[in-house]
Amino acid sequence: MQYERKSRLFRVRVWGENACFTRPEMKVERVSYDVMTPSAARGILEAILWKPAMSWRVHEIHVLRPIRWASIRRNEVSERISPGRSSLLVEENRVQRAGLILRDVAYVIHGSFVLTDRSGQDDNVRKFEEIFARRAAKGQCFHRPYLGCREFAAHFQLLDPNAPDPVPISESRDLGFMLYDMDFSREPPMPLWFRARIEDGRMRIPFPGSPEVRR
Amino acid sequence: MSKVVENRYEFVLLFDVTDGNPNGDPDAGNLPRIDPETGQGLVTDVCLKRKIRNYVLLTRQGQPGYDVFIKEKAVLNKLIEEAHQALGDEKQGADRTEEARGVMCRRFYDVRTFGAVMTTGENAGQVRGPVQLTFARSVEPVVPLEHTITRMSVATEAEAERQQGENRTMGRKFTVPYGLYRCHGFVSAALAGQTGFSEEDLDLLWEALVNMFEHDRSAARGLMCSRRLVVFRHDSKLGNAPAHTLFERLQVRRSNGIHGPARAFSDYEVSVDESDLPSGVTILNRL
Repeated sequence: MQYERKSRLFRVRVWGENACFTRPEMKVERVSYDVMTPSAARGILEAILWKPAMSWRVHEIHVLRPIRWASIRRNEVSERISPGRSSLLVEENRVQRAGLILRDVAYVIHGSFVLTDRSGQDDNVRKFEEIFARRAAKGQCFHRPYLGCREFAAHFQLLDPNAPDPVPISESRDLGFMLYDMDFSREPPMPLWFRARIEDGRMRIPFPGSPEVRR
Repeated sequence: MSKVVENRYEFVLLFDVTDGNPNGDPDAGNLPRIDPETGQGLVTDVCLKRKIRNYVLLTRQGQPGYDVFIKEKAVLNKLIEEAHQALGDEKQGADRTEEARGVMCRRFYDVRTFGAVMTTGENAGQVRGPVQLTFARSVEPVVPLEHTITRMSVATEAEAERQQGENRTMGRKFTVPYGLYRCHGFVSAALAGQTGFSEEDLDLLWEALVNMFEHDRSAARGLMCSRRLVVFRHDSKLGNAPAHTLFERLQVRRSNGIHGPARAFSDYEVSVDESDLPSGVTILNRL
């Protein structure tokens, strides 16, 4: 990995009224993790800028608001739709599912990107850095970023490189094993895990390929 | 087909309910949904999407490209169901995933708008739609009322016998005396390109948001109606300003001199700050 293939560090503050970073072991009646997962943070950065030539890495996630919960039960359908059918009748495929979701959340995502093998001649770190900074500062995004589920839209703000870090909550806990991300190089994609801890409101994310990331 | 949407949009919908239950909570015996910490009423995103689908189904019946996939029997009963033509041999299979998705998007308004998870393909059977709705919240806390009602009949013989011919049953009904709700939504141009969500589709979305409660009358709902629909249109695909700064331009306050519990839309004053808009952003008052 050559040095100039790595971008500088960006800090993006994201917040919203609700969030649900669903635990994979509780997918039917969704239960959120206590804090945002690295894969959700990557998704937010990608919603602002992504090209096949780049790959986002999340270094740290800072939790700015106390961890609070809300329970919500909604009618959902249990079926997936298939082409060839003319419709799906909701009453015949009705399930009521509860969700345990987070409320009033705010985080700072610390992330950078590296160039991938799919980068071409005229791709370079500086170019993407500038595009990202310009977009994020203007509030531009490819699609609206969200906090785990699309109904929980996220607002975002790029922090100025010289601005101090917003103060995270003064809380430390061991969060157990958390989804790190999906390994899409395999078919079907494989989940990767890591041992998540928040220390004084800060969660450090191991780098891809480090021994802390388990399969 | 008109052209695909190429602008980012954010919108705020204000709707209100008078003596009705806008969205029951299955966890609380169908009480109106309430955020227990603030007392604000809630209406879920899926509740509003259902109404948009029903509106499209009712008003665009039989128009090619405006079918709705996720249907409700109650609405179907209102319609004269036409025999659907079979799609032909639209078979599943990974190689045909793309094609199947295209067919679904072209035919179904709700797939094109909100996206869908399909059975085709290992991981590719997912369509992300351009339109994203969030939970609607009431501007002020709402107070749910419980009403006991009587019915002058019984459902079963057994009940009649137990009552020795009284033949009365009691029921319960919950209402919110008045609540003004605010919903935020997003339209992403990039995803519109992927599903073929067109300018015409967008106009239909605005139309549905304005009129969806007109076709959703029921004993439970009371009086509901859309009050304001303010749309922020960006010049570009990616947008020209952060969404939260635009949403903050729409403020709902109590009208001058009105105190105590709100009971009508006139108890509130809605202001939209249209001064020094970021360049490239225009405000469309659709209602």
